[in-house]
Amino acid sequence: MEVSLDLLLGAIVAGILLGGFYAAVSVGISISFGMLDIVNIAHPAFIILGAYAAYIVNSSFGLDPILTAILMLPVFYLLGAGVYQVYYAVFERRGDEALRGLAFFFGLLFIIEVSLVLVFGVDYRFVEAPYIGPTLRYGAVDLPLRMLVPFAVSMVLVILLQLFLSRTFTGRAIMAVSQDRLALQLMSANPAKIKRVAFGISIATASLAGAFLIIIQPVEPSVGRDYIGRVFAITVLGGLGSFPGMVTAAILLGIVESITATFYGPSWSPAVAFGVLLLTLAFRPSGIMGR
Amino acid sequence: MRAPTFWLVASLVGAAFFGLSLLVPNQYYFQAGYVVLQYIVLATAWNILGGYTGYVNFGVAAFFALGAYSSVALYKLAPLPIPVLVLIGGAVSGVVGLGMGYLTLRLRGAFFSIATLAMAVVMQTLITNWDYVGGSRGAYILRPAQVPILGNYIVYLFLVMLILSVIAIGVARSIERSRLGFGFASIRDDEQAAEAAGVPTLRLKLVATTLSGALMGMAGAPLPYYVTYLDPSSGFSLSYAVNSIAMPLIGGMTNWIGPLVGALFLGTIQQLATVTISSALNLLIVGLLLVGFVVVAPNGIVGLVERLIAAARNRR
Amino acid sequence: MAALLEVTDLGKHFGGFTALEAINFSVAAGERVGLIGPNGSGKSTLVNCLCGTLRNESGSVRFDGRAVDGLAAHQRTRLGMARSFQLPKPFASMTLADNIRIPLLYTVNARHGRHLSPAELDERCAELLQLVGLAGKARQRPRELTQVEMRKLELARAMAAEPKLLIADEAMAGLSHSEIDDILALLSTLNERGITVILIEHIMRAVMSFSERLVVLVAGRKIADGLPQEVTRNPEVVKAYIGE
Repeated sequence: MEVSLDLLLGAIVAGILLGGFYAAVSVGISISFGMLDIVNIAHPAFIILGAYAAYIVNSSFGLDPILTAILMLPVFYLLGAGVYQVYYAVFERRGDEALRGLAFFFGLLFIIEVSLVLVFGVDYRFVEAPYIGPTLRYGAVDLPLRMLVPFAVSMVLVILLQLFLSRTFTGRAIMAVSQDRLALQLMSANPAKIKRVAFGISIATASLAGAFLIIIQPVEPSVGRDYIGRVFAITVLGGLGSFPGMVTAAILLGIVESITATFYGPSWSPAVAFGVLLLTLAFRPSGIMGR
Repeated sequence: MRAPTFWLVASLVGAAFFGLSLLVPNQYYFQAGYVVLQYIVLATAWNILGGYTGYVNFGVAAFFALGAYSSVALYKLAPLPIPVLVLIGGAVSGVVGLGMGYLTLRLRGAFFSIATLAMAVVMQTLITNWDYVGGSRGAYILRPAQVPILGNYIVYLFLVMLILSVIAIGVARSIERSRLGFGFASIRDDEQAAEAAGVPTLRLKLVATTLSGALMGMAGAPLPYYVTYLDPSSGFSLSYAVNSIAMPLIGGMTNWIGPLVGALFLGTIQQLATVTISSALNLLIVGLLLVGFVVVAPNGIVGLVERLIAAARNRR
Repeated sequence: MAALLEVTDLGKHFGGFTALEAINFSVAAGERVGLIGPNGSGKSTLVNCLCGTLRNESGSVRFDGRAVDGLAAHQRTRLGMARSFQLPKPFASMTLADNIRIPLLYTVNARHGRHLSPAELDERCAELLQLVGLAGKARQRPRELTQVEMRKLELARAMAAEPKLLIADEAMAGLSHSEIDDILALLSTLNERGITVILIEHIMRAVMSFSERLVVLVAGRKIADGLPQEVTRNPEVVKAYIGE
């Protein structure tokens, strides 16, 4: 009995760390889908792009992957702003985002993934950093640094974004656009411009999430697909657009997945997120924190 | 064209097409033709939900693979003729489509799309962990080399898929002209207004998901006999989803001709291209065409042709 | 006269926000009732609860002698409760005739014992478009219409369901003086044919000339219900409107 209690405790701690990483993966979708109502199913593909950016710089210059990701933030921001510009001009302005907008992002997901396959092949790639090997041990609990570092940076990222949204003018305008477009126009701000900034930020977070991903596990182009269900499950479960809800949901999912992997085997863990998503959609579409 | 006439013409075109293809000595053409026909069924099925009611299904691979895997499961149990497998595969995927729709269709459209994507992964995980159908190692199917009358087994499978595509197109076309088709279109245009006009939107959407799912399952049922070896990652390949969405979008979504044109166009260039270029590049082309068409020609090839005809008329 | 519509203690909340509280009123068959109130007073929420687009948490709605609580919007339409939308919601991909065809197919043909043949359907579409003055545009699409024509299409579509009660939700917002008169004349014609009308409106001139009775909502509560002249002299109503 003692052994399995230890196992359970270990699984829960591992799950919390995993959940922190999931929060970084989902924060972008929380902005684009939760606040802007843009169903960017290509988000995980941008995360993989971030992972490969970290891999290229790390393998050729030996630069730390997280530092690389921070340096790459402006590039990803511009990429996101550019994608939104196209999305706005072609779909949103025409009121055509529901069907063709979705297909657009689906195509984008596919183009990014296949391009990466063409350039890098399907081999797993990984990065090197001093914190990837060592593990802190407290009794039965393992705290691998390669999980702990992404967890910590991810929490800092979410807190900074929350402060940005609640304390700055642009941040408040983004929150306003998620509530009410008219109110925003009365503030004499241009919704499309605000949304472009917000979408840019959402894609910028993919740079960091990608770096975390390749620190935690080796990456190949199709890995992103495993995250589609996870990010949407977390965003919906957390109650669209709420960061505290999102972090709670991410950690919850991390724990459930980790326990499932420990007791039933890792081949079941992809189904956990999707199962959670389907159950949430069916029974509690407003999320765990929703009224 | 009245419905019975349409069925007659469609069957004749199908029969003529089949007769012509029998003159082709090379088995490769039947193999390639099977894939194109399979895409005609998938694209038409996707369009019944996506094009007519406006709900985007990303889980095509799941419905398709469920049909394929019900054949694998039955193969292990007792060998049955392909047409029976097609019916069973259709029933299984149809029921899953109904359940899926029931869980999510009361919500906004985007949730349905995300949920279908999610379902594909759940199904793949279930199949990967189900040893009876081979689990992650996959399953082998031994098929007879010959069948009576037709001879080659591939020719037989080709014929089955040809009949299925005639049925799929016929179903799509008869929906379009019916009360059901008007109801679907009203849902696509404005769901709230449709309800106010007396359209039972939830029930109609469930009809669409069930029908669309069933046709996809039917298209998948003969797959194990075609490939003779099936594993989860090939059965659930994302390329089924991307093709089934790209074909109607590229062809045009408002009527049955669009998916047919899209499937013939994309399916054929892919079959030609696999000989000369890698399959990854092949899929990249599909992705680029998909994005290109939604951005530049939102009504697809059919829309472009209609515009050209209208322009030509105006000039006169 | 027996009430066609009877609303008892109807309440609706959105989270912690009370949108409607204990609303009681009834509408007699053949009556013309105006429903007014400042922005955000709950008029649209009430319409949505009556029509089944939203579910009320408390109270009940009786229509034509039966409780309709729990019935979906399309079922209420089939019972004879039709509405037009505040922002016109045409079926954009269809011709005007087909816009009308939808309710004909799904209400008239869904009721027991009646079935319109294709020829009768075409005829009815033409009649209804004629009624609202859009006869020449049967083959056009909604995007080619002007604002006032769009409202007329909206009313024609509601009429196609052969309703007993028509709920016109701000059918005149944004229209010119003469266009408003057009719509008012149309509504009066419908009422003379025996259709009960609830008019939700901001334009007081229109409400006053059309309504036999006024119901006033303020902040989710009914504050007045009676003859138009009396209601407009009611101090609470005056305060609510001038305070706006």
